Amino acid sequence: MTLLDIHALWAGNGQKIRGGVHPEPRKEATTDRAIDREFPLPPMLYLGLQQHVGQPAEPVVNVGDRVRKGQLLAASQGLISAPIHAPTSGVVADVMDYPSAHPSALPSPTLLLEPDGEDRWMDSLAEVDPFSLSPEEVSVRVGAAGVVGLGGAAFPSAVKLNLGRRTKIQTLLINGGECEPYLTCDDRLMRERGRDIVDGILIMMHGLGCQQAIIGIEDNKPAALAAMRTAAEDTGQGMVSIAAVPSLYPMGWDKQLIGYLTGKEVPADGRATDVGVLMHNVGTAYAVQQAIRYGKPLISRIVTVSGGAVGAPRNIEAPIGTLLSGLLAHCGYRPDDTVRYVMGGPMMGDALPHPNVPLVKGACGILALTREEVSQANAKSCIRCSRCVTACPVGLLPLEMMTRIRAGQLEASLKFGLKDCINCGSCSYACPSEIPLVHYFKYASSELLARDQASHKAEQTRRLAEERLARVARQKAEAAAAAAQRKAAAQARAKPRASEAAA
Amino acid sequence: MSKHPLSAPFTRAGMQVNSIMLAVVLALAPGTAWGLFIFGWPALFLFVVTVLSSLGFEGACLKLAGKPARATLADGSALLTGWLIALTLPPWAPWWIGVLGAFIGIVVGKQVFGGLGQNLFNPAMLARVALLVSFPLELTTWISPAPVFFADAPGFGTAWAITFKGLLPPDGMTGATMLGWIKTEWSQGRNVSESYLSGDFSLLKAFLGWTRGSLGETSSLLFALGGAVLLKKKIISWPIPIAMLGTVVVLSSVFTLTDGQHYPGPLFHLTSGSLMLGAFFIATDYVTSPNSQLGQLIFGAGCGLLVFVIRSWGGYPEGVAFAVLLMNSMTPLIDHYVRPRIYGRDRLGRPLELPEARK
Repeated sequence: MTLLDIHALWAGNGQKIRGGVHPEPRKEATTDRAIDREFPLPPMLYLGLQQHVGQPAEPVVNVGDRVRKGQLLAASQGLISAPIHAPTSGVVADVMDYPSAHPSALPSPTLLLEPDGEDRWMDSLAEVDPFSLSPEEVSVRVGAAGVVGLGGAAFPSAVKLNLGRRTKIQTLLINGGECEPYLTCDDRLMRERGRDIVDGILIMMHGLGCQQAIIGIEDNKPAALAAMRTAAEDTGQGMVSIAAVPSLYPMGWDKQLIGYLTGKEVPADGRATDVGVLMHNVGTAYAVQQAIRYGKPLISRIVTVSGGAVGAPRNIEAPIGTLLSGLLAHCGYRPDDTVRYVMGGPMMGDALPHPNVPLVKGACGILALTREEVSQANAKSCIRCSRCVTACPVGLLPLEMMTRIRAGQLEASLKFGLKDCINCGSCSYACPSEIPLVHYFKYASSELLARDQASHKAEQTRRLAEERLARVARQKAEAAAAAAQRKAAAQARAKPRASEAAA
Repeated sequence: MSKHPLSAPFTRAGMQVNSIMLAVVLALAPGTAWGLFIFGWPALFLFVVTVLSSLGFEGACLKLAGKPARATLADGSALLTGWLIALTLPPWAPWWIGVLGAFIGIVVGKQVFGGLGQNLFNPAMLARVALLVSFPLELTTWISPAPVFFADAPGFGTAWAITFKGLLPPDGMTGATMLGWIKTEWSQGRNVSESYLSGDFSLLKAFLGWTRGSLGETSSLLFALGGAVLLKKKIISWPIPIAMLGTVVVLSSVFTLTDGQHYPGPLFHLTSGSLMLGAFFIATDYVTSPNSQLGQLIFGAGCGLLVFVIRSWGGYPEGVAFAVLLMNSMTPLIDHYVRPRIYGRDRLGRPLELPEARK
């Protein structure tokens, strides 16, 4: 072993892939079935005003307004936000708090749209040549179309495109990994609409001013790989290449894919754009193409409806705002067999208390899982087997963090990298004692955040109190000074009078 | 709806604690069976007594601590600990050695620390060393192989008397292990090749396991095979066994090349004593070894170094138990200083530098 190797070993470099686990894919239920485009319009659509990272959108229509398909319903607010559009034509029925797609199903501001069944597009719909637009105009239109990251993050895409243009990125990476079990919505999209995806990628490259794009696809999707290779050869203009990446969870973690495809590592306090890379999901590329070339805002998405309690699992192209219960019912699910509803994949998705919540832009999957599919065991003692350490793609020591958090030493867990945790769930998945490690980490993170906020608030209160005391003292002093002045003036006035009187 | 944590992931790997313990026990089974075969009934009695006492002590401790005894016993860890303790004992030792070993291993070595996953030292090695220091005579009475059904094997009744009634084995059947033989012969001024001759040493016999020693010291072949199965099944990972065996091989090669008449070669070391058992089944104990790969390499190399040092220059002929215990005490220190590098950060936890062009 040379000195260089020892150094590399010490630095932990030279590994193309860090950590990872091999969960059972369970994709076979939906992978060979075409995207269902015949989902009937539901009687009501529930459009949450906060379906994205950032500020909630602000309604620009009134209750009772008649709207057309694609019409703006709520405008974005602030720098990081996204607008909401009408998924179909109809009447604005209400703006109210409605249970949202959140583990608590917490009610949040929601716009209710009652479809009129005509599904009539707005008149302004027009096809344009994307490459005649200026790069800035591309991001403006992507933003105006309400496109957000469709891989699950739901981060406004225009913000990322703007950032990428400013930092002059060299490579656009497209994430077709889809490493979560059950999910096949990206797989189907790539197999059925590969040319549109490549078109969308070229449009994004035009908007970014970069010359190279790589689509990373897990090697367990040979059909999608073949379809995308053909599409890239036909229409990629030699700038779009396809790379097969190993099937390993979390291969779809952007940093993992960046490392594998470009060999670059993003610094802890930096962004992917700092190393000249920007990443978007294949679904986002498709949504960008629809928005720019056809002027169609993001009003529907492809979502995988699967799980053991679903009789006819498949991918559905469904309008945003559809109740998940409607999607599940369309696929013949059995509520009595369902022990857990999950939005997203089983590794990182959110558990939902019930499926009567609306579909949001970031939802890739709706799962109705049976008892056999969901782990139900009680946590046992940690045997320090370090499977969590091997599984962690970040290089953390989950078992050490967990023991600290369990003992109430939340700050100590920070020293093991709690803030670097990406909540991918690989550690919990690998744990033979079934310890809910990620549960501990989420708890500690939110608890520390709450403490930070509380101490910030206390600090704020203390400052205000001090300011008030100073102000009161100042006012008192000023009042005293003023009183003294008045007294002096009165005396000054009294004196001449006295002298007058004397005179 | 489920009452379990609402946090993802909702799916788990199939591997459970009890399946891990069972796999380790199964990997130990061939080597154990061989040992029981060549040492006969007394070995079997002692083995059963030790394992049952371990389960008994574990159950009693759990009851005292108010923990669910039956559910915890089912995780298989007490069975494995008892099994390993039995493997470290001279096969014809009296029954109370097994009971005492189980007490030291389970109660002192494991439960007083708080049970599974909490102990600092490997319970089986702790039991072995405590017994060796306290009862040197019983712990160094080694029997020559005397398989069941062979002429010189004791019958059931005699065996019962040997284990339970303090009947001493006949003088002609006992002797030193090869490691001990070489050590005493060297102190008498006889070199390694003379000791091989006088001790009737054969590398093949040592490798297959036709030799004196505890159950876990006989068949290097079967324990190495068991270890290979565990590696293949990813129950254990390669750094500890490879670093431990590698260090012993390198050191013994260097020393045998410089002074072959004093230091036996690597093949002798690999096939003697409990090195294979130690490298694959003892040093790899999850609880008492470091949790990062680099830490495990350091730990394994340290075990190997200490085994060689104790065997070559120490007061005891065999050093695996002492080596593992000493390195166990280093585990918290190794874990404190040797951590995996966090993504986007250097070894000291500072964020990586941004590429020059973008500063």
